[in-house]
Amino acid sequence: MKAENYIKLDFPSRSSNEAFARTAAAAFAAQLDPTLEELGDIKTAVSEAVTNCIVHAYPDAIGRVHMRLRILPGGMLEILVRDWGKGIEDVEKAMEPLYTTGGEERSGMGFTIMASFMDKLKVRSRPGRGTAVVLRRTIHPRPGRV
Amino acid sequence: MNISASFQAGRLTVCLSGELDHHEARRALCELDELLDEYLPRDCALDLSGLSFMDSSGVALIVRLQRRMRELGGRVWVENPARQPRRVIDASGVDRLVPVAMTKL
Ligand SMILES: Nc1ncnc2c1ncn2[C@@H]1O[C@H](COP(=O)(O)OP(=O)(O)O)[C@@H](O)[C@H]1O
Ligand SMILES: [Mg+2]
Repeated sequence: MKAENYIKLDFPSRSSNEAFARTAAAAFAAQLDPTLEELGDIKTAVSEAVTNCIVHAYPDAIGRVHMRLRILPGGMLEILVRDWGKGIEDVEKAMEPLYTTGGEERSGMGFTIMASFMDKLKVRSRPGRGTAVVLRRTIHPRPGRV
Repeated sequence: MNISASFQAGRLTVCLSGELDHHEARRALCELDELLDEYLPRDCALDLSGLSFMDSSGVALIVRLQRRMRELGGRVWVENPARQPRRVIDASGVDRLVPVAMTKL
């Protein structure tokens, strides 16, 4: 599918970039005229995906995080978040609710929240090579919008 | 993210405001632990009316608070979450563990 618009961002896996990443995603998504609730969902999903790179992909180092947002035909927002970190042995298991390798500070609900807030969630990962998460959400035009 | 607290008649009310994500979570968990250690409350209300954003880091905080209040033999609930935090609470199912009360109508 040909993108109508896109942005690409690269940043180090510092937790102070979590707020920046979700705010940038919301600012880009604004051109689709989303509702406040849709914007909140997008920010939440981006926060989950980016936090996973920071916490799990690079547990003891600072690594590169890449985020690409695209507008696809039909008002579809696509978000790609990828890292070149640790990778996931068993993606299916990692996506189960409550599954976490992160201890007390994590809930194991990140993928569950991404899946429930987005129309589509796809995870590709190779141990030792990294992880790519693709999220898609269609923003339907609202009545009264010009 | 900011935490404020008030204590009255055995009830600790903890108000979170701003945005709660992983970056803010460690400090929030520490401050919460300190408050519980200081007051040993019978009841604890987590007021989220001023919290404009939270992700699953907030869910972890709620679960932790529930565990600590269970150890203390007390009750805990979430009060007046704003819309986005409410959606995260519902999607995570943490409302099955900790009741959500809407008291400001
Ligand atoms: N980018 C990533 N790199 C490596 N492991 C990951 C990544 N994202 C997720 N994981 C693994 O999947 C598990 C579940 O992720 P998630 O549902 O977000 O819960 P949480 O982050 O609370 O652990 C993580 O605990 C971790 O083991
Ligand atoms: Mg996570």
